[in-house]
Amino acid sequence: MSSSHDSRGSQNFEATGDYFSLDDILATQERIPCTFQTEVLNLGYIDPSLDSSNIPKGTKLELPFWLAKALCSRRKQCVTIDLPKHYKEVYRDVFNADANVVDLHKLGPYFYRFGSHLLHFEHPESPDIAKSLLKVFQARFRDIMDASQNAYDQDMSKMTEKLDEMEKVIFFHGQKGLKDLQMWETREGEKIKISEMVINHRKRKRTHLDES
Amino acid sequence: MSLIRHSLYVGVVEKPPPPPLTEEQYGEMEPKYPEGGHYLSVLRPHGDDCVRQVFEEMRALFEQNQQDVEKALDGAQAEMFPGIRMRHAALERNKRCVLAYVYNRLQKIAQMRWEFGSVLPADIKYNLAEQEVQWFIKYTKCLATYMRSVRAEGGLDLTQDLKPPKSLYIEVRCLMDHGEFETQDGGVILLKKNSQHFLLRSECEHLIRQGVLEHSVH
Repeated sequence: MSSSHDSRGSQNFEATGDYFSLDDILATQERIPCTFQTEVLNLGYIDPSLDSSNIPKGTKLELPFWLAKALCSRRKQCVTIDLPKHYKEVYRDVFNADANVVDLHKLGPYFYRFGSHLLHFEHPESPDIAKSLLKVFQARFRDIMDASQNAYDQDMSKMTEKLDEMEKVIFFHGQKGLKDLQMWETREGEKIKISEMVINHRKRKRTHLDES
Repeated sequence: MSLIRHSLYVGVVEKPPPPPLTEEQYGEMEPKYPEGGHYLSVLRPHGDDCVRQVFEEMRALFEQNQQDVEKALDGAQAEMFPGIRMRHAALERNKRCVLAYVYNRLQKIAQMRWEFGSVLPADIKYNLAEQEVQWFIKYTKCLATYMRSVRAEGGLDLTQDLKPPKSLYIEVRCLMDHGEFETQDGGVILLKKNSQHFLLRSECEHLIRQGVLEHSVH
């Protein structure tokens, strides 16, 4: 059906089609304002405010991306989509002014991923969105890189809470690199450590005991 | 048909799903973030009820679609098709959610083999579904068979030496009472809390990873 299906056989789901990727599932759950171009029988229950059992032509509904995509194929368009407001020109102007101050987590949290999914619809504004996504990322990347490479053992939650999920991954990878380097320099690297899962398992047990 | 407001997520089921609505509604996922990290490193209980609800919904969607397809074929009613497409999309979506849920849990379970060893702690095992326990056993078996086959004599333990070893023997300190421990040369030592030992690295690496011993580096 879609490209996501074809990639199921490939090894790296993260980088390619993401059929099994939880992030991608979450991102494709975001809603898009849609207008129905045809009547849909017996599915009126989707919108509780509709009285009839059918969805009449012209109904405006916010559908999740995966549904909108299925109904918006080139062959027969059942719905037309409108852009979510965070990707409209007003917001693009805001990003242009200064992308660094925007709280992408609030607008997303899968701002880039969802944004690139939106391009599938071939909306007239798609090229502008694509350009804007790239620009926003370029503008913000410097700060993220800077923080992730230089903040050692500091509370960065103020900064990370404004990051999109993809930016967060980049940030934490950078932090891990920094920490690993630090470990190597202090010769901590050769020490055999207790495994992460065991630690978390213990912590859990402890809170469990505290509660009871 | 029931509304599925579940949270299919690796760390899953933040709260019990609310009772199914009586109104028909199409598949919907409301994923919740586990607090703290992106992925929890310890599994939550298997969301059996959620998965069953998804299956029920999928069955209902499928049956409705079957009926509509027959109707459409009979009278060639083009107006049936948008509805069929919507339900089909919901079916595909639900399928994807459930598969991703199962897949990601299995990934975690495979990782557990490397971190906890071949025996899982009882309370973690309790959170696994029966099939997942079976899968873990099979995975462990596969891994063991493979490790035995790597070298002609004795095989190769891949779970050892995850970090490059610098010496054959290492100094360790006991973090908890673990009872007696028989070394390869036949000697028996008592692993008592706070006691220190000088042991063969290959013998005690697992105990360090389990948190029984602590590796002291100078």
